[in-house]
Amino acid sequence: MIHSLFLINSSGDIFLEKHWKSVVSRSVCDYFFEAQERATEAENVPPVIPTPHHYLLSVYRHKIFFVAVIQTEVPPLFVIEFLHRVVDTFQDYFGVCSEPVIKDNVVVVYEVLEEMLDNGFPLATESNILKELIKPPTILRTVVNTITGSTNVGDQLPTGQLSVVPWRRTGVKYTNNEAYFDVIEEIDAIIDKSGSTITAEIQGVIDACVKLTGMPDLTLSFMNPRLLDDVSFHPCVRFKRWESERILSFIPPDGNFRLLSYHVSAQNLVAIPVYVKHSISFRDSSSLGRFEITVGPKQTMGKTIEGVIVTSQMPKGVLNMSLTPSQGTHTFDPVTKMLSWDVGKINPQKLPSLKGTMSLQAGASKPDENPTINLQFKIQQLAISGLKVNRLDMYGEKYKPFKGIKYMTKAGKFQVRT
Amino acid sequence: MTDSKYFTTTKKGEIFELKAELNSDKKEKKKEAVKKVIASMTVGKDVSALFPDVVNCMQTDNLELKKLVYLYLMNYAKSQPDMAIMAVNTFVKDCEDPNPLIRALAVRTMGCIRVDKITEYLCEPLRKCLKDEDPYVRKTAAVCVAKLHDINAQLVEDQGFLDTLKDLISDSNPMVVANAVAALSEIAESHPSSNLLDLNPQSINKLLTALNECTEWGQIFILDCLANYTPKDDREAQSICERVTPRLSHANSAVVLSAVKVLMKFMEMLSKDLDYYGTLLKKLAPPLVTLLSAEPELQYVALRNINLIVQKRPEILKHEMKVFFVKYNDPIYVKLEKLDIMIRLASQANIAQVLAELKEYATEVDVDFVRKAVRAIGRCAIKVEQSAERCVSTLLDLIQTKVNYVVQEAIVVIKDIFRKYPNKYESVIATLCENLDSLDEPEARAAMIWIVGEYAERIDNADELLESFLEGFHDESTQVQLQLLTAIVKLFLKKPTETQELVQQVLSLATQDSDNPDLRDRGYIYWRLLSTDPVAAKEVVLAEKPLISEETDLIEPTLLDELICYIGTLASVYHKPPSAFVEGGRGVVHKSLPPRTASSESTESPETAPAGAPSSEQPDVIPTQGDLLGDLLNLDLGPPVSGPPLATSSVQMGAVDLLGGGLDSLMGDEPEGIGGPNFVAPPAAAVPANLGASMGSGLSDLFDLTSGVGTLSGSYVAPKAVWLPAMKAKGLEISGTFTRQVGSISMDLQLTNKALQVMTDFAIQFNRNSFGLAPAAPLQVHAPLSPNQTVEISLPLNTVGSVMKMEPLNNLQVAVKNNIDVFYFSTLYPLHILFVEDGKMDRQMFLATWKDIPNENEAQFQIRDCPLNAEAVSGRLQSSNIFTVAKRNVEGQDMLYQSLKLTNGIWVLAELRIQPGNPSFTDLELSLKCRAPEVSQHVYQAYETILKN
Repeated sequence: MIHSLFLINSSGDIFLEKHWKSVVSRSVCDYFFEAQERATEAENVPPVIPTPHHYLLSVYRHKIFFVAVIQTEVPPLFVIEFLHRVVDTFQDYFGVCSEPVIKDNVVVVYEVLEEMLDNGFPLATESNILKELIKPPTILRTVVNTITGSTNVGDQLPTGQLSVVPWRRTGVKYTNNEAYFDVIEEIDAIIDKSGSTITAEIQGVIDACVKLTGMPDLTLSFMNPRLLDDVSFHPCVRFKRWESERILSFIPPDGNFRLLSYHVSAQNLVAIPVYVKHSISFRDSSSLGRFEITVGPKQTMGKTIEGVIVTSQMPKGVLNMSLTPSQGTHTFDPVTKMLSWDVGKINPQKLPSLKGTMSLQAGASKPDENPTINLQFKIQQLAISGLKVNRLDMYGEKYKPFKGIKYMTKAGKFQVRT
Repeated sequence: MTDSKYFTTTKKGEIFELKAELNSDKKEKKKEAVKKVIASMTVGKDVSALFPDVVNCMQTDNLELKKLVYLYLMNYAKSQPDMAIMAVNTFVKDCEDPNPLIRALAVRTMGCIRVDKITEYLCEPLRKCLKDEDPYVRKTAAVCVAKLHDINAQLVEDQGFLDTLKDLISDSNPMVVANAVAALSEIAESHPSSNLLDLNPQSINKLLTALNECTEWGQIFILDCLANYTPKDDREAQSICERVTPRLSHANSAVVLSAVKVLMKFMEMLSKDLDYYGTLLKKLAPPLVTLLSAEPELQYVALRNINLIVQKRPEILKHEMKVFFVKYNDPIYVKLEKLDIMIRLASQANIAQVLAELKEYATEVDVDFVRKAVRAIGRCAIKVEQSAERCVSTLLDLIQTKVNYVVQEAIVVIKDIFRKYPNKYESVIATLCENLDSLDEPEARAAMIWIVGEYAERIDNADELLESFLEGFHDESTQVQLQLLTAIVKLFLKKPTETQELVQQVLSLATQDSDNPDLRDRGYIYWRLLSTDPVAAKEVVLAEKPLISEETDLIEPTLLDELICYIGTLASVYHKPPSAFVEGGRGVVHKSLPPRTASSESTESPETAPAGAPSSEQPDVIPTQGDLLGDLLNLDLGPPVSGPPLATSSVQMGAVDLLGGGLDSLMGDEPEGIGGPNFVAPPAAAVPANLGASMGSGLSDLFDLTSGVGTLSGSYVAPKAVWLPAMKAKGLEISGTFTRQVGSISMDLQLTNKALQVMTDFAIQFNRNSFGLAPAAPLQVHAPLSPNQTVEISLPLNTVGSVMKMEPLNNLQVAVKNNIDVFYFSTLYPLHILFVEDGKMDRQMFLATWKDIPNENEAQFQIRDCPLNAEAVSGRLQSSNIFTVAKRNVEGQDMLYQSLKLTNGIWVLAELRIQPGNPSFTDLELSLKCRAPEVSQHVYQAYETILKN
């Protein structure tokens, strides 16, 4: 099981260590540093590193390496999932997960970690339960604690922990009963030079914010549930009901949670909402290259595309770029060769474009690689897969809740090759 | 106000100040001080000096303070064991607290204090907590048993905690069940032999029920535990699968992968015609695809596992090629894995798409990735024949880019394509030759030289090209030197007139100026071949090469099956069985896929059914690795230089050895895949030895005729048993038995190639043994052993080898070598193969000897359940060279007096008592007398085997 955890920042300092069994010397991290040195970028550090006596499993989030040390055969996914849960918990507790914040809250962090694992076995990882055990720090509570001497450690067993619905605490009360669901879809796509789609898939999630009194039992049905290729549920969802009727039936946790994540893959045709027209040319033995890209809407069902950001890693041979955007702002970093263009909204009448010249290394032959264009965007009120919620009903409680459903489509890993 | 204030220090000395604060009367101040201590601890500062002061704060109602002190205790108790005892009372008291949170906290913390003295006090509270009314306390206590076991295993067993833990598997609360399973699994891992998790249909049912209700982590433990169970038939397997499939929709990827493991394993038992089988296959694909949209670290582990799944059951993901396409900002470790799987999934249907992608990747920035992409194109060409042409033209396009490492990599793979499709794409050679100068990596240079040599007749200036390499001969790596030597000899054989000078030059460079023995040997061989028999040289050097196999990097089927049982574990990430990397002496149990058993025909319990059974019957006589290696180091593991050979074939033998030896060393050092097959052992070399062997058996045939009526079939031959399982010998399985046929002993071997590559160059050696058994001729495997092929060989043995007493006496340690490696195994031979034909003693002699041997040398044995009469017994024994000297009938009992002689001249005398008239009494009584009493036991065993079979 998980033996120890080290938190390491990108400059290679161990700034927190926690051991759940005997103490493992931090020198074990030397193997990690070696691997870190070999990998050119932090993202490329391999997640599993063998050392003579231990295995190091790491994740890299928020510019911090979370390195778990294990000694016996443990499912690596179990460790990595757990590390992600640690990151999520920190974020949940402190708003952000960063080195200064963790250092500022080191005692809470330590208490939380101690609650999450016992002897390497996960103990309480549900944020609902954790927050009952160790209350997250707020400015108000810190002040109150200092004055009254009370603590931020709960002294009662979390109620939900052992009930049939461990994710929900009992005795929840609200004056305004409300349930909001956000259907958020991300498109991952690779578009080739000529603009045709090589692969496209949709990762969707339904995030919920449910603040309902008592023990409500909800059902949520879709107009077109067969669209979904693969679904992963929050433990509260009754699987049998979904298998037989394609209805989500559940007693929700209190507060924010992810009800469902789903996958719509290439088998169903995925609509691509934007296109990029590009003309990037390097000429041999010329120190100038031409660069022009235009972004336009494609299949948007009449919705506006906003928050468009275009980024591209230019080849090493590009010294500088002098470009003029028709809208938005752009930057080019001559050191990292990263071009970034913050476009904003796309107006279909006047398509945004960015054109100009690139200055290349004089005398060098034209670069071997073609830059790939990375696209980010958002479309409000649209689930690009066409998924639609049919209705949401509540049983088990008498009051009438306020219900709301929001749709949004975002770019995930959306890449255009040139 | 944040915790960072705890890090600020004053000049006075931190520890001193903290000490004062810890002893303050004010609660608030105390707590702040403990927080400061904890903060220092988290960053690795040593604050153990404060131990007594911190422990003093333990008695408190403030839960936060208590928890903080506990945190401190866990870290430092080990360094201050005596002080830690101070805390025991508080722990014991807390274990009785009305608040379950505190009870659980106390038992949990106590378990983490790894001090022997404390563990003694822990037992009673732990026993109570295991039976606590509150499930939260029970589940915490379950984990505590695992902790305690880690500290003091004996104590846990003595106190009966293991049984209590087993009972918890039937607990009403699923969380408790999950933790009990987790704790038992962890304990079982350090005791692989103990049958802690005794899985039976009832307990499986309980686990499956708990599976639906426990936390995600508990589900992982339960699924991993289920995967170790072997259902009794396909119906049970199916019903478990049905109850596990819902886990594929879990948000936690570790749960999904553990479920995949259970399904992949149990699927093995389902018949492919079953509708359910198809349904299950369809259900597996979507969750695997979804894993690939997770974070890169999860993707990596998922990809390593998918790599195994795709090899085992390609049909699951055959339509999902696109999800493996590489995104340019994937981390490199994800990119490389995706590429690997793309090639595995490549087929005629999707090859166009794949090639377009690979070509795209070949223009990326990352050099490692680009190289692998280029290699991948070559592998596609070899895998999908229809695409070869397109692949070649893609590679040519890439060569045109002139990017140095792309060109080199392309040339290496084109060489493989030539090997797979000879005489098809030679038109590209001209383009390749243009790039000769830019090659600076040995592998690429060697590949290019191989191409030039192989197609020398079509390249006009082949001699010039090769000559240009020759100038810097000594600076080249061995790989290139060997290749150059071979290529020039090939060239010479093809165009003898113009290249005589060149070949002279290279031969002298190789033989005179080089200090590399491999190179020198190969040079001499060529030289001799060319000078004595150019025709033979042509046959050897220009021999037809076997085609290279389709996929070279597939995991061997036996290993793959084992790895499928380890899906989701570190083993699956490394593609090695845990025994290959798990630390320490903890024995690792080999797992294997369950055999397919239909419910209708299964009457046997699955434990006895698996195919692996024979190997488990094998006597466990293999000494520890160190010893064996030590002994075997004395052996010459090269080609056998034959011990005292059979007289009939000694002359030929010598010749064989010379040639065989030379060739052998050449082949061993050939860079794989390039020129190796040039040296397919010339058939001429194999013949004489073959002749020797057949002559040997011819002689024994003659003997057989003359020896007359008495011996019909020679001595008893045991059925072949597996001596060396494929698992232990990189795919080579050896089973065998010993026979004695009129005067000659032989070892009948069956070699099976369960690996994916061709095996050649077999040789065998025995370690010194009690009776000097040694191979009388080298091991003759005439043709290379191709995958899945089996050969039967009879290896003649003699008993004139060197002698060393073994334990047990009939233990034989054998080393077998092939082109892959050297393998060791040991086996027990039945003693009766050593009973010689002239073992009949004359009556007088028998009497005298019987009296002569002291009585303490007499050994008594019983041969049970042998309903044979004296005639039959004596007949059977005689065919195994145990001779009846006299027979007497005393009081209705038949007494047989028998003699036998061992190859080393030891006589054994026997008295056998048979009661023929009494059908209910079928035991035979055997008394053995021998001057060397240690053989008696083995002679008795020989009696028993002969009489019972």
